Amino acid sequence: MVNVAMDSLTAKILARASGRDRVEVGETVVATVDKVMIHDVTGPITLDLIDNLNARIPKPESLYIFLDHYSPSPSIPASGIHRRFRIFARTNGVINFFDVGEGVCHQVMVEGIVKPGEVVVGADSHTTTYGALAAFSTGIGSSEAAYAILTGRLWFKVPEPLYVRLDGALPSYASGKDIILSVLGILGQEGANYKALEFAGPGLRTLSMSDRLTVANMSVECGAKNAIFPLDEVTLDYVREFNTPIDLSSLSYLRTAKVESPHLTLDLSTLEPMVAKPHSPANVAPVPSVEGVSIDAAFIGSCTNGRYEDLLAAARILKGRRVSKDVRLIVTPASKRVLMRALQDGLIKMLLDAGAVVTPPSCGACFGGHLGVVGDDEVIISSSNRNFVGRMGSPKAKIYLASPVTVAASALEGCVTDPRRYLG
Amino acid sequence: MCLKSVEGIVLVVGDNVDTDAIVPGRYLTLTDTRELGKHALEGLDPSIPGKLKERNLIVAGRNFGCGSSREHAVLALLGAGVKAVVAESFARIFYRNAINRGLLVVEAPGVSQKVSDGDRLVIDLESGVVVLASGETLPFKPIAREVLEIIEAGGLIERLRKELQYGRG
Ligand code: SF4
Repeated sequence: MVNVAMDSLTAKILARASGRDRVEVGETVVATVDKVMIHDVTGPITLDLIDNLNARIPKPESLYIFLDHYSPSPSIPASGIHRRFRIFARTNGVINFFDVGEGVCHQVMVEGIVKPGEVVVGADSHTTTYGALAAFSTGIGSSEAAYAILTGRLWFKVPEPLYVRLDGALPSYASGKDIILSVLGILGQEGANYKALEFAGPGLRTLSMSDRLTVANMSVECGAKNAIFPLDEVTLDYVREFNTPIDLSSLSYLRTAKVESPHLTLDLSTLEPMVAKPHSPANVAPVPSVEGVSIDAAFIGSCTNGRYEDLLAAARILKGRRVSKDVRLIVTPASKRVLMRALQDGLIKMLLDAGAVVTPPSCGACFGGHLGVVGDDEVIISSSNRNFVGRMGSPKAKIYLASPVTVAASALEGCVTDPRRYLG
Repeated sequence: MCLKSVEGIVLVVGDNVDTDAIVPGRYLTLTDTRELGKHALEGLDPSIPGKLKERNLIVAGRNFGCGSSREHAVLALLGAGVKAVVAESFARIFYRNAINRGLLVVEAPGVSQKVSDGDRLVIDLESGVVVLASGETLPFKPIAREVLEIIEAGGLIERLRKELQYGRG
């Protein structure tokens, strides 16, 4: 491999996947796709197309199917969709089929499935999440998913990199959510449109994999095609935890990322808890400036912040306390694995004791389909990723996005609250 | 390419129209284009689906189609009879989905300032301009080669059908 050290990690992966030594920014390449993901919202259109072509799936083991958005099914049409998927998986030999209750696609995909250096596409915009593992991953449409499933390849324009340098250490009250909300506030809703957000710098070592996954997840909210982190000790520890088989010697090209002359530098040590106000994830403000806004509901979950670390962070605040009687706090673990671990460690009991409603693993309230739909004129603070009009239910509702600790502190007080009050 | 120009009556929308506004989540169990069309842009304004009977071109501001990757958004616009979207700029996945499904999308910087609701507009694909009601023309960004190839093949799936029939050439 003759990769040029200065190239972006994204360009290096796309070069490898298209059998080239080097690719230029802006050039179109046809890359081999390692894995394709579809789910119960975008997948039915993909199945229609595959059925219509009457085609055989050449590598069913590369296809990952999730029933996670309507999970368990809240309606007759959704049950019909699920039934169709089950039959499809059985007849096409799709072994990687995750039925209701297994969890949100993006969380399960990073629990030992996606490997550093891979090219992974998913019919879901938050497929950018896997970049936290030093993979190239991006969201595509349902037709492109059918194309990738049937041919094992897809065309990509090599995106222009947007380098973000992280300095300093992440304070204990802040997390990946506060980082990405700060980035969104600076770049705006289309500030990284079509670009590859690449994170590097000395601050990285203070970011857990959970923080990185949150950052990569929400990078799409400023239009990024993908987000990527270099491979370091945090990545390796994570990969080991899941026993993901990797060939480290072939991945050394993912270790070095560009830190000089970045487009954006963030000093993590000065970070405040951040919140995105209605109705855009880029409409951000420091929590103190919106403190006191009353809320009716609070949600901790989703592929952004429904991990074990998120539940643990929330439990740190909720332990031995009671959620305000005017607020319903809904907690939806992002996967069965997360739920099991939180059960074993007593976190679930702690959350229930504090007055939370704990649901099965699902997209749940994030998507406004079930498990906590928000009504007219209600205000919710949520650890998820989108606060567009109508996203979580009624178009007349207001959604604030924040980190799990900010959501937990707000649930206790009944209004938007700075978590530092509880974290000393 | 046989498509030379597209003409229609305009519906104007603003910046950052997201895919939840184009098709709210509660309709996503639908996959039928016609049915989805009945709800096109309903999330933005419930009166829009009714208006799309006589308006068949959408002129938008920046970042049209941002948010989720739902291809339903493109299908809903097609189902409502929308022939093209002319915008200041598009979000990435929506743009790809539109091309793959044969919805014409052109980026014409400045267009949202110069067009009003109900205007007649012509998209002249041969000359690469949008012809405004006043007769003034506005150039749009040239369409990339790889995108044209997909359009010429009749969309991504038609191209795939040919590839599957004839192998990889
Ligand atoms: S949790 Fe929310 S953002 Fe994530 S995949 Fe599900 S619906 Fe999409």
